[in-house]
Amino acid sequence: MGIEILGLPMMYYIAMVAKVLVAFVFVLLTVAYATYAERKIIGHMQVRLGPMRTGWHGLLQPIADGVKLFFKEEIIPSQASTFAFLVAPLIALIPAFITFAVIPFGGVIEVAGYKIPLQIAAYYDTAAGQVYDINVGVLYILAMSSLGVYGIVLAGWASNSKYSLMGGLRASAQMISYELAAGLAIISVFMLSGTLSLNKIVALQSGFGGFEWYLFKQPLAAFMFFICSLAEINRTPFDLPEAETELVSGFCTEYSSMKYAMFFMAEYANMVTVCALTTTLFLGGWNGPLTAAFPLLGPVYFIAKVYFLMFVCMWIRATLPRYRYDQLMHLGWKVFIPVALVNIVVTGIIGYFV
Amino acid sequence: METLFFLIITFVAIISAILVVTCKNPINSALSLIMTFFCLATYYVMLDAPFMAAVQVMVYAGAIMVLMVFTIMLLNIRVDASKKHSHKVVFSLIIGFFTFVNLAYVLFKSRVAVATGPYSADMIKQVGHTELIGKEMFTNFLLPFEITSILLLVAIVGAVILAKKKI
Repeated sequence: MGIEILGLPMMYYIAMVAKVLVAFVFVLLTVAYATYAERKIIGHMQVRLGPMRTGWHGLLQPIADGVKLFFKEEIIPSQASTFAFLVAPLIALIPAFITFAVIPFGGVIEVAGYKIPLQIAAYYDTAAGQVYDINVGVLYILAMSSLGVYGIVLAGWASNSKYSLMGGLRASAQMISYELAAGLAIISVFMLSGTLSLNKIVALQSGFGGFEWYLFKQPLAAFMFFICSLAEINRTPFDLPEAETELVSGFCTEYSSMKYAMFFMAEYANMVTVCALTTTLFLGGWNGPLTAAFPLLGPVYFIAKVYFLMFVCMWIRATLPRYRYDQLMHLGWKVFIPVALVNIVVTGIIGYFV
Repeated sequence: METLFFLIITFVAIISAILVVTCKNPINSALSLIMTFFCLATYYVMLDAPFMAAVQVMVYAGAIMVLMVFTIMLLNIRVDASKKHSHKVVFSLIIGFFTFVNLAYVLFKSRVAVATGPYSADMIKQVGHTELIGKEMFTNFLLPFEITSILLLVAIVGAVILAKKKI
């Protein structure tokens, strides 16, 4: 370990690149197979079989879909504003993936005498003997998710089509209002934790075999955050921006080929992000039995919890019908925001006396 | 390393700032402005102020610019590419020159203040940037904070009165 580059050991760079690659590839695979899982789960819930033809029980379906989308013709509408039209899928996709930089997916593992925390934007300080991560992790995620709205708004506007514009306008109004509600809902968690660093929030939930989870201390906040996040990423029952029955396909009506696939990937990556964030804030992150003895169990627990929440998302999609637009706005502004504010006040009062 | 990073970010910031004023399409201008805000947020991170960076992205890039883009979209400003707008070139040149002289004078004549106060980079790293801002805001700067809150409340009430037809 003698080699040093710019004052940091070689191992630091190898660990960083490895963490980024592993997390990125894992999220990509999850996104690909989430589409398969969704079709399969909804199929079985509706007493159908779902995809069956491609491979054993349709296991190769995501690959077939990907190949199909790659080879489709690329169409740019003649009246579209080209730059915004081309850049919109990228703006939607990048914030969806970039948020994984701050989510801790495991404890500290030791490779060849060098300690690596399983969180991309973190390092282990040997002198201080503790993990340092970005200390405004949650704000970083909120900031990035607030950028995702541009992709959808621009896609709607640049397509120069009525359906797309309607979808884009709906999306922006919905995302802004639910971003606010989701942000207010998790403030009560920070009032309990006293920190914005996700690493410390996970550490605070490690005691009493799962009973220290913020889910049990802040059930209302957990419930509201999950629902508001579903609305913010336009999942059913809040998928009004792409309501098929009214708007054809909403903001991505005019998109074809890989650009359409990018919006699709962004939607599923956002779902993975929301589930990972809910796991970290409310379900104890990577905590679980025996993680102290076997650090590699941390990621396993984390993935299990995230997949469970993704199953809940698909379950909701199979169960609930779509909201009407005015009902959605009513729910966001007149129910969730006041309840979140009351929750903050109640948490403050209880925190003052206890 | 940090200098190289600074130079790259500055390059992007200057290019996108130039694009803000030269783009023909207002939406593209708005996009460039978002990019500039993003570069500013990166500067805050380099100055050990991560909270400011997050707020910069959330408030300016995430909220204010969304409203701007919204307005541009709803007004549906389509630009005639053939039409050239000359914004009084000579006049703006004179103003630009005097602004430059002014800024250069300030830069060269001013000294870095010697008294730095209790806040150093090490202290910010130890206590945390968010904690320091919160503590100052709710103790020493409570009155300005409250006045700002009242201002925001007045703005909200005004917006409701303007938007509602019947109250």
